[in-house]
Amino acid sequence: MSLTSEGGHGAVPTGAEIPVEPRPAASRRDWPLYEVFVRGKRGLNHVHVGSLHAPDDEMAVHAARDVYTRRNEGVSIWVVKAADITASSPDEKDPLFAPSGDKVYRHPTFYEIPEDVPHM
Amino acid sequence: MSAPTLERPAPDEAALQRQFDATIAADHRIEPRDWMPEGYRRTLIRQVAQHAHSEIIGMQPEGDWLLAAPSLRRKAILLAKVQDEAGHGMYLYSAAETLGADRADLTDKLIERKQKYSSIFNYPTLSYADVGVIGWLVDGAAICNQVPLCRSSYGPYARAMIRICKEESFHQRQGYELLMTMMRGTDEQRAMVQDSVDRWWWPSLMMFGPPDDDSPNSAQSMAWGIKRHSNDELRQRFVDMSVPQAEFLGVTLPDPDLTWDEQSGHWRFGAIDWDEFKRVISGHGPANDERIARRRAARDDNAWVTEAATAYARKHDGGRPAEEHAGSAA
Ligand SMILES: [Fe+2]
Ligand SMILES: [Fe+2]
Repeated sequence: MSLTSEGGHGAVPTGAEIPVEPRPAASRRDWPLYEVFVRGKRGLNHVHVGSLHAPDDEMAVHAARDVYTRRNEGVSIWVVKAADITASSPDEKDPLFAPSGDKVYRHPTFYEIPEDVPHM
Repeated sequence: MSAPTLERPAPDEAALQRQFDATIAADHRIEPRDWMPEGYRRTLIRQVAQHAHSEIIGMQPEGDWLLAAPSLRRKAILLAKVQDEAGHGMYLYSAAETLGADRADLTDKLIERKQKYSSIFNYPTLSYADVGVIGWLVDGAAICNQVPLCRSSYGPYARAMIRICKEESFHQRQGYELLMTMMRGTDEQRAMVQDSVDRWWWPSLMMFGPPDDDSPNSAQSMAWGIKRHSNDELRQRFVDMSVPQAEFLGVTLPDPDLTWDEQSGHWRFGAIDWDEFKRVISGHGPANDERIARRRAARDDNAWVTEAATAYARKHDGGRPAEEHAGSAA
């Protein structure tokens, strides 16, 4: 048996005898997956903090409070079903972001202004 | 989660591997929807899942003292600590799901004993002093292990570890404060603390895993940036931290070979009983059966709550079915 302590709380086995299923059949028993976003304080954006399972939107907000804000980490919570998120795909990165790649003139540094122009 | 599909040629595996290697080499983070070698994905799922299991099972030994804590103050502290461990488990299952694992499926594997959790939680908490010693030594060892994981190459795992490490410091301090309070008490209380240290010291050292020359998978994990320090390195760091803390507390660590090595600037310690470790991790520790039985009962006895909430949601969500969940986007 080969062992590792990588798992934080101490040594656990790592050998091939430990089953790992990257794509298991979705469990019938479990609730839908929600992604959780928290606004840390007024003036900041909501930031993604993790996910959880809940039977409905309201329960997801309550669970998010308990899991992600036990120490006043937030003033506002968003939850959204993971299945409802549409995202760009990492391997489309080049074509998707290409339109902004060659537009250097969108940046202030593109413009040469003499040092002695004040307040610019 | 769905992604808009673009017409594109089949990905070139070698190019993807090069991109992955370059990301690791630059010490950048791998994110959930990036291509990654299957070995990396499997290693992470196994590690993150077993770490999550450890947090969840780790609630039990201390949870046994919730109703017997000697004051409302101690009870509130212990409850908050045990609740944090539940939170840690949730952060980690969440990270595992970004790799394509399924939370309920992982729990089933734990209950069926196909996946493991840390050996340390298979020891019973025989006295209230154990609550203090677990906070001081077990959470202390976990901190040594977990701080470097905040820089793990897998983004969601590293981010979960950052949240966890912020909370662990409270765990260790409340334990040490509890022990200081007992050490200021009666002879009987001091004896309880010493007895507890005697029982937990060696299992705490085992938490760092087998010695480096008996840790065949470490090299690959180091190369992938999943692991940052060797088992022996972390164990030594823990011993060096703990010796002066024990001295301050006024307890004796149960190791006659513990000596200060002037030359290396480290504390040298005696041989660890790896046979005991292997016995405990493979299911024959003092409390393995009890831990798993209780986790199974929690799943099965509460299944009706899950079902009732699902039925309620279906009824009140305009008939929108609680469909199969897709993989996490995190
Ligand atoms: Fe923890
Ligand atoms: Fe902890």
